[in-house]
Amino acid sequence: MSESKTHAIVISDLVKSFGERRALDGISLEVHRGELFCLLGPNGGGKSTLFRILATLSLPDSGTAKIAGHDVISAAAEVRARLGVVFQSPSLDGKLTILENLRCGGALYGLTGTELESRIIEATKALNLTDRLNDIVETLSGGLQRRAEIAKCLLIRPEVLLLDEPSTGLDPGARLDLWASLEKLRSEHGVTALCTTHLMEEAARADRVGIVSSGKLVALGTPDELTAAIGGDVISLGASKETGADQLAKLITSKTGIPATVVEGEVRIEHVEAYALAARLAGEFPKEITSLRIARPTLEDVFIARTGRLFADQDLEPDMNAPVKKKKH
Amino acid sequence: MKPTRLLWTPALAFWWRDVIRFLRQRNRIIGALATPLVFWLLVGSGFGPSFRNPGALTSAAATGSYLAYFFPGTLVLIMLFTAIFSTISVIEDRREGFLQGALVAPLSPAAIPLGKFLGGTTLAVLQAALFCVLAPLAGLPIGWHQAALLLPALVFVGFAMTGMGFLVAWPMDSTQGFHAIMNIFLMPLWMMSGALFPMPAGTGWLYWAGALNPVSYGVTAIRSSFAATSGTALPTGYLTGLVVTALFAAVMFVISVSLVAKRSKRN
Repeated sequence: MSESKTHAIVISDLVKSFGERRALDGISLEVHRGELFCLLGPNGGGKSTLFRILATLSLPDSGTAKIAGHDVISAAAEVRARLGVVFQSPSLDGKLTILENLRCGGALYGLTGTELESRIIEATKALNLTDRLNDIVETLSGGLQRRAEIAKCLLIRPEVLLLDEPSTGLDPGARLDLWASLEKLRSEHGVTALCTTHLMEEAARADRVGIVSSGKLVALGTPDELTAAIGGDVISLGASKETGADQLAKLITSKTGIPATVVEGEVRIEHVEAYALAARLAGEFPKEITSLRIARPTLEDVFIARTGRLFADQDLEPDMNAPVKKKKH
Repeated sequence: MKPTRLLWTPALAFWWRDVIRFLRQRNRIIGALATPLVFWLLVGSGFGPSFRNPGALTSAAATGSYLAYFFPGTLVLIMLFTAIFSTISVIEDRREGFLQGALVAPLSPAAIPLGKFLGGTTLAVLQAALFCVLAPLAGLPIGWHQAALLLPALVFVGFAMTGMGFLVAWPMDSTQGFHAIMNIFLMPLWMMSGALFPMPAGTGWLYWAGALNPVSYGVTAIRSSFAATSGTALPTGYLTGLVVTALFAAVMFVISVSLVAKRSKRN
């Protein structure tokens, strides 16, 4: 079977710099057809740059990317005809109704008349918007607006759907709703979706996750594979002021031979038998340890394990209610 | 499959969207009509008593009153304002609005300018036509003969004005930048067009400012339309005004398309 039949997106060795800063530093990955793929990373990690290249809005310095078998650089028109793009900031016209927006959106792809009308019915059914068609968009909730946005993308029956931080500005209920919609599109319509996010719990719902940090792909796999690779549970220890986290980590490693790292002032240990080890450490360093926490590994732990940094270190999570910041690329 | 580069369907969608948006925003209608109306009444009444029309510039349409002289200039101002309002939205729209979707659609580079030009022109002509109802108050005749000449003049002026707005807006990052350009570039173009005062003949800088200013020709075409008679002869200056304005509009369109094409080649 040819690559374009099994792979919806093939990215090889993409590099993109803005002045001195390398936004993408040789990223390669593949997204299978019918997959819900999440590109997880902190803001400023490079995922938006990658999104813009895939959406044919920006050119890489080197490397290639193909969508549905077509090169995003040399065959942008073919890619655009097969690609639905959901932007972080709304691309619906707030002054128009959902129906008017969908008609306008369809016209951008040359859809008119009965064909357009039947696709509008199909798309709005898929996203449960049928009874909201005549509502003016700016009067709708964020969640409904986002669903209408996705419906607009579905009009062209895209082979691939790209979504940039689709849950930005949505409340938790609307986020769940959005994911339910994406899963339904995948299962009923076979849509491949690549979605960027900086939210761990969102990425955990994807079929596969690629973690991007400082322009590099630092991890790739299913959420379970990634967390399983941590090798047990995660112990976080708070150190007393006298000892300090660095000293405590050294003490533990020299005494037990188990590697301990310091992340954000806490000692961090991954271990298969975390509970037993925690009890032992608490007994051996009663004065040095001031707090102890054991947790199942999350994607955040995967991020820390692969980069040695806390996820939030690169950039603070933006205020969800704040207006979307203007980006220049 | 051959790569599609759609032109008319998307362009008509942009046009339709602009018209609907405009009709749903009453304050825009008022903003584009009321400001020039107040301007016309205040400036027109204030300058009226001291105004001496050199006559040669305004031909038969001149009734001598400044309100009549200033009327065509006000029409152009209305069109300029409408064009600015309808193109300034491009700045935000492209980055955070509806036009984002247009940038990832398989469009001809001419689709967005064509749609925006058509939209801006429609709105500008509608507003100007509405203002023409007041022509008799200024002592200007407005009947079928005048309307027949006015309509093409308004259409080309509208197209050219929207073109200027689009050219300023498209490369801009902020609406503040647009206002700066509007104040130092678009408004002076209007002022130096014979809209506000007759441009002097001769070889002085003001003469050249008027002669080289494409907006002057639009003002002339509109002004001379009011001098239309039942005869077959066109009023003095009409044809030249119309042709130069049409050429100017065409140039605006070509440059806009090349700007969009450059942009769609990506950065």
